[in-house]
Amino acid sequence: MIETQTISRRLFLTVNTILLVLLAFTCLYPIWYTFCLSFSDKAATNAGWVTLYPIGFTTAAYGEIIKDTAFFNSFKISLERVFIGTPLTLIIVIMIAYPLSRSQREFHGRNVTMWIVVFCMLFNGGTIPWYMCMKNYGMMDNMAGLILSGSLPVYNVILMMNFFRNFPKDVEEAAIMDGAGKWRTLFQIVVPCSKSVIATITLFVSVYYWNEYFQGLVLSNSESHYPLQTYIRQIVVSIPMGVNLTTEQMIKMNQLSNKSLNAAKVFITIIPMLAVYPFIQKYFVTGIMIGSVKE
Amino acid sequence: MRSKKKDYLSRFKNQATYYLMCAPGMLWLFFFSIVPMAGILMAFQDYKPKKGIWGSPFIGWENFEYLFSMKDAQNVILNTVIIAFAKIVLNMIVPLAFALMLNEVRRVRLKKAVQTIVYLPHFLSWVILASVMTNIFGYDGIVNLIRGLFGQEKAVFLSDAGFFRWFIILTDVWKEFGYNAVIYLAALTGINPTLYEASAIDGAGRWKQTVHITLPSLSTTIVLLTVLALGNILNAGFDQVFNTYNPMVYSSVDILDTWVYRIGLTKLQFSLATAAGLFKSMVSFVLIIVSYSLAYKFADYTIF
Repeated sequence: MIETQTISRRLFLTVNTILLVLLAFTCLYPIWYTFCLSFSDKAATNAGWVTLYPIGFTTAAYGEIIKDTAFFNSFKISLERVFIGTPLTLIIVIMIAYPLSRSQREFHGRNVTMWIVVFCMLFNGGTIPWYMCMKNYGMMDNMAGLILSGSLPVYNVILMMNFFRNFPKDVEEAAIMDGAGKWRTLFQIVVPCSKSVIATITLFVSVYYWNEYFQGLVLSNSESHYPLQTYIRQIVVSIPMGVNLTTEQMIKMNQLSNKSLNAAKVFITIIPMLAVYPFIQKYFVTGIMIGSVKE
Repeated sequence: MRSKKKDYLSRFKNQATYYLMCAPGMLWLFFFSIVPMAGILMAFQDYKPKKGIWGSPFIGWENFEYLFSMKDAQNVILNTVIIAFAKIVLNMIVPLAFALMLNEVRRVRLKKAVQTIVYLPHFLSWVILASVMTNIFGYDGIVNLIRGLFGQEKAVFLSDAGFFRWFIILTDVWKEFGYNAVIYLAALTGINPTLYEASAIDGAGRWKQTVHITLPSLSTTIVLLTVLALGNILNAGFDQVFNTYNPMVYSSVDILDTWVYRIGLTKLQFSLATAAGLFKSMVSFVLIIVSYSLAYKFADYTIF
């Protein structure tokens, strides 16, 4: 590079780095802040003194949670939802994505099936018809409703399908030559070679099940059936709908709530995500890229 | 003759296997996506829960006429379009700027660390983020603490309708910019390095290289993502608004989806809510078809 550029270039790089670090900081800070609130003294959090570290360090909030059966009940429902829902969805997605990755000549129903699947992704009947239908199916207050009512995740099917499409044909042909059937080729040859896309979709699906709160809200008749996110919504987003509060009332409500306890609950809700995230994040970038490129 | 028969049989078996593999997914789709579509009929009925969907009288377009004459509905549609449009524009510009900035960083570990961290908010739900935001922007939150340091009075942000619209737009951009940058970052690594070397020999600085090489190389990606985002013009983000808003800011952030939820599931006006939902679905569907065919025409892009 030319010498005269170095000073302005260096200045640019410094400013650039500072900005990027600040951006990254804003992405971490909300989590850190919640962490600090949860370990701070109740009086300090409610007065709004906490900023960068816990004030009046105490584990009182966590001690209170241990006695909270409603919280643990919801936690259990969410775990169950993730651990049953994710493998089930994954198998169904793999099974439908494989035939769809064939050409029309190999699988005669391919294009028709694809059109139906894509139509369902692009068009829906709206919340109310969906809700009525789920009610008729008896999806209220049960695990089946929490797992099934979101329907097939079409976006993930397409991701998986595009990945399978780029799978080397000769490997599959070799397997078929050796006498493997379609099922065997799929589950013993193709699936073991598709780790990155499977990891990506496992991440997407489990995050979906963990984070989903709406179905839990409208498909539950009592709070004892709430998954964790719906439970959190109920305690944190507590401004009553349809009631016009005055500003003073709103401030008072804000001050009355036990922020330390709520923050502790929120933090526990984030923990599973934080625990899994570092292991899976290296897969998902390649997973998305390979899945969205099609030859 | 025999081999031909066997051939036919194995081909039939192959087809049957493929159909069988599709079956669970298609059944799921049928019962949970397609059957609910029948409920669209309610939009053209004066639906009474007692009579059910097959017994309620049809009233044609009356629900739609009533809907569009409502002041509420007009306001809600306007809010939806404004918020969604701002999100579409900013969700293109901010991730692009971020990707370009990150691309200038030469220290690999710093780059990796920043990248890993900025994806994180994408995976947190709006329920969680709404609670965190209320703490940060609330009456006793940090923002007011900082304002206090500068001698300003505490402000009640969360009941300020003017503030809230920007709050909705900007927090969404903040949540998604890292994730949205993934595609740009991948496209950046795909640019041929010899282009930069050649321009450096011709005396182009980094800024000129960005304008004349990097941006033109990304133009297809940028246009493609923008076109595909057009289908979202009535999608202002239900989960975000639903979990953060309150009755005091309805005037500026109440969007179609939240409104449909309230009139449908809390006020139980099923027909009207279905009509509003159908209006949204139809407009989105048409826009998506148009944007995808544009994407196909200009960038040869197909999703399947």
